[in-house]
Amino acid sequence: MAFQLLTRTATFLATLAVASVLVFAFMTVLPGSPAQVVLGVSASEEAVAQMEADFGLDRPLPEQYWDWVSGLPSGDFGTSYVTGAEIGPQIVDRSLVTLWLVGAGMLVALVIALPLGTLAAVKHRRPSGTVLAGISQVGIAVPSFLAGIILISVFSVTLGWFPAGGWTTPASDPVAFLQGLVLPALALGLVQGSVLSRYVRSTVLNVQREDFIRTARSKGLRSWQAMVHHGLRNAAIPIVTVLGLQLSVLLVGAVVVERVFVIPGLGSLLIDGVRNRDLLLVQGVVMVLVLAILAINWLVDVLYTVLDPRLRATA
Amino acid sequence: MSDPVTARTPADVTVGGAAVDGAPGDDHRLVVEDLSVRAGRLGLVHDVSFRLGRGERVGLIGESGSGKSLTALAVMGLLPEGLSASGSVRVSSVDHDLVGASDARLADLRGRVLSMVFQEPMTALNPVMRVGDQVAEVMEVHDLASGRDARRRAVELLAQVRMRDPDGVARRYPHQLSGGQRQRVMLAIALANEPDVLVCDEPTTALDVTVQAQMLDLVVRGAAERDAALLFITHDLAVVATVCERVLVMYGGHIVEAGPTRRVFTAPRHPYTRGLVRASDLGALGVDGTDGSLRRPLPTIPGTVPPAGAFPSGCVFRNRCERADEACEVEPPWDGLPGDGAACVHPYDPEDTAAPGDTAASEPGGVT
Ligand SMILES: Nc1ncnc2c1ncn2[C@@H]1O[C@H](COP(=O)(O)OP(=O)(O)O)[C@@H](O)[C@H]1O
Ligand code: SF4
Ligand SMILES: [Mg+2]
Repeated sequence: MAFQLLTRTATFLATLAVASVLVFAFMTVLPGSPAQVVLGVSASEEAVAQMEADFGLDRPLPEQYWDWVSGLPSGDFGTSYVTGAEIGPQIVDRSLVTLWLVGAGMLVALVIALPLGTLAAVKHRRPSGTVLAGISQVGIAVPSFLAGIILISVFSVTLGWFPAGGWTTPASDPVAFLQGLVLPALALGLVQGSVLSRYVRSTVLNVQREDFIRTARSKGLRSWQAMVHHGLRNAAIPIVTVLGLQLSVLLVGAVVVERVFVIPGLGSLLIDGVRNRDLLLVQGVVMVLVLAILAINWLVDVLYTVLDPRLRATA
Repeated sequence: MSDPVTARTPADVTVGGAAVDGAPGDDHRLVVEDLSVRAGRLGLVHDVSFRLGRGERVGLIGESGSGKSLTALAVMGLLPEGLSASGSVRVSSVDHDLVGASDARLADLRGRVLSMVFQEPMTALNPVMRVGDQVAEVMEVHDLASGRDARRRAVELLAQVRMRDPDGVARRYPHQLSGGQRQRVMLAIALANEPDVLVCDEPTTALDVTVQAQMLDLVVRGAAERDAALLFITHDLAVVATVCERVLVMYGGHIVEAGPTRRVFTAPRHPYTRGLVRASDLGALGVDGTDGSLRRPLPTIPGTVPPAGAFPSGCVFRNRCERADEACEVEPPWDGLPGDGAACVHPYDPEDTAAPGDTAASEPGGVT
């Protein structure tokens, strides 16, 4: 098992390195030098050259790349060409906000999907099971930004229960923080919860029919005991795959939802960066998003080997 | 009708110390009466009745699709969703009927009073749980051992089913074991709590021929050491001939013939049984009285087993039977004693053996 962990981690790091080259290369192949982009088309050649010299943009690309990438592990994303501010601290602050959002969204999705999916599976021969399956079908069809707008108009504008947007840090006011988190988390989680509940349903149905569940019952376990002691871990294997995919989807969804709810997360930072032509900032945010998605995949791989002994190398 | 077979060889009636279907109050471990299984309106198993005595080994044979597995699952209370059982299943140590009992009550009996080994060893064990834990669990769930004690007993049981390095095997996962080893793990689980009744549903069918004999031997020994009644399902008549004292023949969800193994295999009365015996290579064992060295092509039963619901009315074997006539259009009554007879209007004469030759066949019942 240690061997698998090692190879998976090595693969993760190698992919991350390749991704960093790609992100860097993509930003440099964009037409015009970064200085030109920042200063605008009307800027004089001298001004552009001066800025390129100031920021070291006249150096060979490999050197620039190394300069950028070697700072990343310590959180040094460079200095913005536009604002002159350090990019690292901004990314860290914004990442925390997005992390809260994605985490809460995932929690909403799980809280919806695990009971709903299990119930739909257990009652799949009854009308209630069909109704439950139908509800999730509706949920899937609603995109998260639409869910966000509907939630705002109902729970914020009409009922006034939750703020329509904005962000309070948990440290400054925990209650306001939670209140502000509810609607965006629902907007993100409801849709993913619907998708997930269908996977949970089919997974639980499949596991229920497994021979080893019948064996467990033949040993004297009640149906639910067989499901808890033998079914859960087996069901977790396919569900973890979907959860990994969903976390990546949630991360992208967060970019949109942050927009709808005016939340200062990574998504807003990315959009600000694009609007301000702050290439180094955009490069940094994209790199963090790529890192997050690769990290999720790595985690899924690791969880597999923990959950499923068949994937472990036999000595 | 008189019963010359039992009259002639009374020894056959009381094999294994249990009377063949004697009066109630005898030492019966399992009494099944009018057991039926249906899927909605579709009947799959019809009014099956049989009894297993203490330490008795009874075979349940029939082609695939005859209802053998469903009968076993109905006895265990483990029918798949959508199927329901009616009739009566009783075990000697329990004062209530198992059919219709709550899942909690049945769960208390399963793995303790009644155990089962399934046909498919590759999928029957939990792939993500260590083998030793899966054996220990059957003792823990019934509070018969726990923790280290259960773990230690699990290793002992694995040793009893001749697992080499039982300590190591206990720590392994099912995918690290061969099919034969997994089936022995299943047997260890089934025997752990000294059950009254052991049901084995084709336990060797999925196994390599080289390990089948060992598995059979372990099943027979395991049951004998615990004085458990054994219901052994197979479609291999040679296996029944070596393992079982009595045999039940099933077709179309009905028991069409029952009796002591030697009588059934040497002088089958039901045309279906006769077809099975002729299609088997029992000759190789000398059970049907022929010299095993003379191998001839085996005549198969004409036609195939219809899917459930497509059996003819009256006698279910009517469309494949060489003796069928109008009299067979009503369900044939049982002919003979409850535990030794056949459900047929035109049964073969007991003197008319399945194959010509010496009817004094080798004694069935021993593996070794
Ligand atoms: N869950 C089920 N629903 C409907 N029919 C079934 C089900 N399980 C088995 N059957 C049918 O019942 C018949 C008997 O099956 P089974 O007991 O498995 O036969 P055997 O074990 O003798 O091969 C077959 O025709 C089979 O198709
Ligand atoms: S009852 Fe008739 S059809 Fe059925 S087995 Fe006997 S002879 Fe054949
Ligand atoms: Mg079967």
